[in-house]
Amino acid sequence: MTLRIANAAGFLGDNLDAPRLTVQKAAVDYLTLEYLAELTMSILARVREKNPAAGYAADFLTVLRSLIPALKSQPRLKIVTNAGGMNPHACAAEAASILRDAGLGGVRIGIVTGDDLLPALSEFQAAGQAFEHFDTAKPLAALQQPIVSANAYLGAKPIAEALAADAQIVITGRVADASLTVGPALFEHGWQWTDWDQLAAASVAGHLIECGAQVSGGFYTNWNKSPTAKGQTCDSPLDLGDVGYPIAEIEADGTSVITKPEGTGGVVNRQTVCEQLVYEVGDPAHYLTPDVDVDFTAVEVDEIDKDRVRVTGAVGNPPPNSYKVSLAYRDGFTAAGNMLVYGRDCVEKARACAQIVRQRLRNAGWTFVDKDFNVETLGTGDGMPGLSRLPVSPSEVVLRISVRHQERAAVERFTRELAPLATSGPPGLAGYAAGRSTPRPVFAYWPTTIAKECVQANVQVMAANDFPCEEAQ
Amino acid sequence: MTESLTVGRKITLGDLAHTRSGDKGNHANLGVIAYSSAAYEHLKLHLTAQRVEEFFAPLFESEITSSVDREQRVERFELPGIQALNFLLYDVLAGGASKSLRLDTQAKLFSTAALEITLPALG
Repeated sequence: MTLRIANAAGFLGDNLDAPRLTVQKAAVDYLTLEYLAELTMSILARVREKNPAAGYAADFLTVLRSLIPALKSQPRLKIVTNAGGMNPHACAAEAASILRDAGLGGVRIGIVTGDDLLPALSEFQAAGQAFEHFDTAKPLAALQQPIVSANAYLGAKPIAEALAADAQIVITGRVADASLTVGPALFEHGWQWTDWDQLAAASVAGHLIECGAQVSGGFYTNWNKSPTAKGQTCDSPLDLGDVGYPIAEIEADGTSVITKPEGTGGVVNRQTVCEQLVYEVGDPAHYLTPDVDVDFTAVEVDEIDKDRVRVTGAVGNPPPNSYKVSLAYRDGFTAAGNMLVYGRDCVEKARACAQIVRQRLRNAGWTFVDKDFNVETLGTGDGMPGLSRLPVSPSEVVLRISVRHQERAAVERFTRELAPLATSGPPGLAGYAAGRSTPRPVFAYWPTTIAKECVQANVQVMAANDFPCEEAQ
Repeated sequence: MTESLTVGRKITLGDLAHTRSGDKGNHANLGVIAYSSAAYEHLKLHLTAQRVEEFFAPLFESEITSSVDREQRVERFELPGIQALNFLLYDVLAGGASKSLRLDTQAKLFSTAALEITLPALG
């Protein structure tokens, strides 16, 4: 049996039409939707602070509404998503209400929780979990600032359990991205938890599709080379306007073919797959997931047909006995503002503007140290500061100033300081009216681990009809 | 022999390989995939961790904040199966996605920037 798993969301904010278009254009068994980047959880934690019924990836509800016709015409289609974020139960309740309204009240929804460690964090610490920072090795106890969120990256196991309990839609909080694919593969192929090579191979497939179109032509180095009918390439930009989102066809031995729906733009070739294979990878001999320790070094990637790439050779070893934890804490406030600086001496004028802003902030009683006051003259190479300089002077630059301060009022004041430059700075400035930015809290990241035995994943499966009807808005 | 023929001739990494970069907290990864076996061998020889560190030098933290012992700021790994090299650049993101004041907080631009790394021409 070949299992076809698509991914049509690579982060919160990805194209809302991609899931619907993917299942319209291709027959798949599973649709996965990945919404949680490293810091998305802390943002969602803050959302939930303000509204206890929120804190999940609301994009998913919009997507679910768009998928109703597909769910009706393809009753075997299953969806696995980490859209639950900081509040999987609230997300599932809203999803249930959408399904009921559409006459799909019989659809069973699985909810995976247990990743949220914050409520019991001090108990874990008392029980000997030090939550040492990956890089600095400092124990969490040394941290003074308030913690916003702490989530363990759960694995494929609870997802497979939900599927085994007949869930058609599985909504999780924080799980490892690749596990969204490994869960269905493990369940459908009937693998054991010790089938390390199969788990490794499926993890590679999951890793390849987890960022959506980044494996099918998005962000591809050779974006301006298009495939021709004869299997060659020509100098023409890829059709990324209609880029297809990826599908992994996973065999019982775990090996997979990465492809995309027929008639879509972009390309799946050896190069796009290799690029995504190395994306965000550290030591390729030890790509760690909660499910398996994957060795990428012998992975081979072969184009077997147009937009079809076979991936083989992953080797699996038992995973570590701890879960990765993403923990975020408050660390002051930040804001950034832009303005266009045009014409002669534009770079010098932009720098002068930044000096003026800093001086006025000082006059107002706020001091920003150098590392908390960042000036970029975009158009001169400052996207990679210090790396290169344009040989000729540009005809315009965008001045971007970004600041950070422990006091919100200091950052608030900064956001007021760009507009006055229009009449009290150098000539040739525009774009200051685009709107004042608002200060936002900085959530600093504390990467750490927790012993697996401390964490209990919970799985709950019930039909949309059986959810209580009144949800708080 | 090859070396003596190529003295003085330079090419850029973009001639030999395609790239993809991403973030890992305050660290960046840079994957470099060779276009050919010859290119892969050439890169193994010339695209050292030191060469990558030198190229990206202005972006690293001026002081090492990490107390974890690291001999160097860039570590290189090989993926012979796809003829690629992977580099980990430690503490190069000015605080990473959460804290960095840079426009590019997530090392998105590193892969494009790396295409300009100069190397001795292929013999």
